[in-house]
Amino acid sequence: MNELALASFAAASDAHLVGEPRSARFAAFKRRFDAGAELARLDALGFRFLARSDPGFPPLLRAIHDPPPGLFLRGRADVELLARPAVAIVGARACSAYGRQVARGVGRELAAVGLVVVSGLARGIDAEAHRGALEASGPTVAVLGCGIDRDYPAAHRELAKQVAATGLLVSEYAPGVEPAPWRFPARNRIVAGLCAATVVVEAREQSGALITADFALEEGREVLAVPGEITSSLSAGSNGLLRLGATPLTRAQDVLEGYGLVGSSAGAVDVGKTAAAVLEQVRAASAGADELTRTTGLSAGELAVVLTELELAGLVNEEEGVYRAAS
Amino acid sequence: MTVLFTTRDGSASSVDRVLARSVTHALVGLEPRRVEVEAHIESGIPGFAIVGLADRACAEAKHRVRSGIGSAQLEWPLKRITVNLAPAGLRKEGSGFDLSIALAVLAASRQIPTERLGEHAAVGELALDGRVRPVRGAFAVAEGAKRAGLERILCAPESACEAELGGVEAIPVRHLAEAVAYLRGELRPPPADPPDEEPEPDPPDLADVRGQERARRALELAAAGGHNLLLAGPPGTGKTMLGRRLPSILPPLEPREALEVMRIHSVAGVLPPERPLITRRPFRAPHHSASTAAIVGGGAGPRPGEASLAHRGVLLLDELPEFQRPALEALRQPLEDGVVAVARVQGQALFPARFQLVATMNLCPCAGRGDPAAECSCSSQRLAAFRDKLSRALLDRFDLVVTVPRSRAVELAAGPAEPSAPVRERVESGRIRLGGAKLRRTAEADELLSRAVERLPLSGRGRTRVARVARTAAALAGADAVLPEHVAEALAYRSPNELAA
Repeated sequence: MNELALASFAAASDAHLVGEPRSARFAAFKRRFDAGAELARLDALGFRFLARSDPGFPPLLRAIHDPPPGLFLRGRADVELLARPAVAIVGARACSAYGRQVARGVGRELAAVGLVVVSGLARGIDAEAHRGALEASGPTVAVLGCGIDRDYPAAHRELAKQVAATGLLVSEYAPGVEPAPWRFPARNRIVAGLCAATVVVEAREQSGALITADFALEEGREVLAVPGEITSSLSAGSNGLLRLGATPLTRAQDVLEGYGLVGSSAGAVDVGKTAAAVLEQVRAASAGADELTRTTGLSAGELAVVLTELELAGLVNEEEGVYRAAS
Repeated sequence: MTVLFTTRDGSASSVDRVLARSVTHALVGLEPRRVEVEAHIESGIPGFAIVGLADRACAEAKHRVRSGIGSAQLEWPLKRITVNLAPAGLRKEGSGFDLSIALAVLAASRQIPTERLGEHAAVGELALDGRVRPVRGAFAVAEGAKRAGLERILCAPESACEAELGGVEAIPVRHLAEAVAYLRGELRPPPADPPDEEPEPDPPDLADVRGQERARRALELAAAGGHNLLLAGPPGTGKTMLGRRLPSILPPLEPREALEVMRIHSVAGVLPPERPLITRRPFRAPHHSASTAAIVGGGAGPRPGEASLAHRGVLLLDELPEFQRPALEALRQPLEDGVVAVARVQGQALFPARFQLVATMNLCPCAGRGDPAAECSCSSQRLAAFRDKLSRALLDRFDLVVTVPRSRAVELAAGPAEPSAPVRERVESGRIRLGGAKLRRTAEADELLSRAVERLPLSGRGRTRVARVARTAAALAGADAVLPEHVAEALAYRSPNELAA
C-alpha cells in the first residue's frame, strides 16, 4: 500500500483535515482503490487501522500541527492505551552502560505507577526503556519508522513480540513500507506527540533523540534530560538540552511530579551488616569488584557472595564489571 | 615379522628372484598401523619402483634410498627392484619409511642378515649422504612396534629418547652404514643420551599479578574445577597475563596423562628431542589468525591441532572474537566430548582434546568500553557484528566469566601478591574433595538458585553452570555440602548478556 492508498484510506475514513486532494490522479486512484478490501486484509493479518477522525485517536497526537492521517496498530492492547498518560524515553543507539541502566530503571519505575512508556524500538536506550517497562509488567508503545509488519531492527524481533503481547506497536506507515532514513525523524514526531513529557537519556550532539525533543518543545510538551558526564561526547546532546533549560531528571520521581503521581518507594530492604557496608561503598561511587575488595577489606570470594545478594535484592546492578547502586 | 628368500627354482643359491620383508608403522591419526615393506629383486632391466599407495614424500624415497645406499659404500643391486608397502589400501605418508625400505632392499640383496632385521622395527628418513634423520611420531611408532611384539627399533639418535618411552629398546643409528654394521653384528652403537635431567623452566608465576582479586579467585576456581574461563575487559588490564598463569596452579600431570600428551605431541612433531618426557601440563596459545584445521586438527593426513596439543593442559585463545567464527564453532565438539573426530574418506581419526579453555576479549572492537580513560567510539552496528562472532552456544561453554574493569593506579602500587605455590596446594586439595564425597546442595542453596533463575537472565544451561561452579567453590572451602554462599559466589561469575548478540 503506497502513500496514495494511504491518503485514500484516510479519505474513506474521513480523516482529512482540509478535504481530500482534488487531483485527477487521486480521483482515478480512489476509483480503483477498495478501502473495505484493504481493511479486511489488515484484519486478516491481525493489524488495525485507527483513523484520525476516529474518536479513539489519541487527543495529544491529534493536537500536533501535522498529525498522521491515521495509525496502523499491532498488538493486543486496546486503542485506549494510546490516550493514557504517557512518557517518551529516547536516546542514543550506541549508548553507555550508564545510559542503558538509567533508561531501564526509569522505564521500570514509570511503568510501575501506571504511565505508558513510549519509545522507538531502536537499539540502545529505546530498547532498554521498553524492557524496563516490560519488567514492571507495564504496557509500552513502540512507534516504528517502517511498516507495522516489519521488525526493525531485526535483532529486536523478540522484543517487538513482547511489546505486542501487552502493549502496541504503532506506525503511520502501511504494512510493507521499508525503513528509510527520512522516515525516522517523522516517526519521532509521533513519539513526542503521543506524550506529555519526553525524557532524553543520552544523546550525542547530532542525535535523533534531539529531534524528538525539538518536536516536544514545539508542541509545548515537557522535556527532561538525564545529566551525563560533561567529558563524554555521548552526553553532549542531553547536557546541551539542560543548558537550554530542560528539566534535569535525577530520579523517576521528577517525571511523576509533573503528573501529580507518587512513585512506589521501594521500602528499605533488610540486608546483612556486611552487605550494608558494601552497599554504602557502591552508593558512594560505582566501582569494580577489585576496588571494592580494597575498600571493604573482604576477600574476592566473600565480596562475590555479598554482591550477588545485593543484586538479587535489586539494590545493585552490574554491567561490564562495574557495580552501581540501583536507581 | 618374517623375512623370506624364495627363488624361482627353489634353490637358495639363485638370486634371480629374491623377496625380503621388514616391518614399520604408519600413523593414522594417533593410531600406529602395521606396514610391511616388501622388497623384491629379480633379473631384468635395472629399475626401482615403489608401490602401495605412497604419497609424494614417500614415493620420493626411492631417490633418497638409492643415494643413501651408495653413500654408505654398499652395493645397489643393478636389477629390477620393486618395493611394496602393504597393506596397499592404507595411504602412506611422509619420509619415515626410508630406513625400512633401504634395509629391505639390502636384505633382499643379501647384504644384511635377514633374521636380525626381523627382530627390529625401523623408522627414519635418509639423507642423500646416508645419514638417518628423525621423523615425527617416533613415540607412536615405537608403541606400535611394542604391540607387534618387537623389542628393538632402529631410529635416528634424536628420536631415541622418544622411542624408548614407547616401551622398546631404541638403537640409535646416525648413518645407514651404522645400521648395517649393527645388523651384521659388527658394531654396537652407543646408547642414546639419557633425557635431559634439568627440570623444565617454571611457568610464569601468579606473584607477578598485582590486584585483580576477582580474576585471581576465578582462576583458582577454574583450576580446581576444570572450568573454562572467559576474561573480558579493556586492554591492558592483565587478562592475557592471568590466562598464562593458569598452568602454574594446576596439579602436575599423572603418568597416564603424560603418555597421552606425549603421543599427541610426538605425532605432531613438537616433542623437544632432548627432553621428550613431558611432566608439565601443555600450554598452547594459537594466534587468532589460525585456521579451523590448525585449531582442531585436520589436513589430508589428519594431524592434531592446537586443541589436541593442549590435551590435559590449557588452551588460551587471546582476543576470542578475532578468531574466525568457523574455528570457534569447531571447538564446541571437543569442549563437549573431549575429543576431535576428523572424518576422511578412509576413515576417522580421533584426537583426544580434553583441555581447559581460557579466553580473553575486549568489550567492543575499539576496546574503549569499560575503560574510564577512553571512550567507546563503536557504532551500534559494529558492536553488534563484534558480538555476533560469539554465539550463545559458545559462550555457554564458559562456566566462569569475569569482566575485568581497568584497575586504578592505587592497585598497581598494592603490595606483592600471593605466589602460585600456595594456590596450587589449595587447588589440589579442592580437586581431591571434588573427586571424593558427593557434594549436594542444601535446601537453602537450591532455593537461592531458583530465585536467581527468576530474577536474573539465566538460561537452563546457565543454571547448570552455576551449580557446577558452586560445587567447586564448596570443595575449595572444604565444606560438606554446597551452601547458599557458594551458589551466590558462583552467580557472580555467570556470563552477562552484554557479551553476546
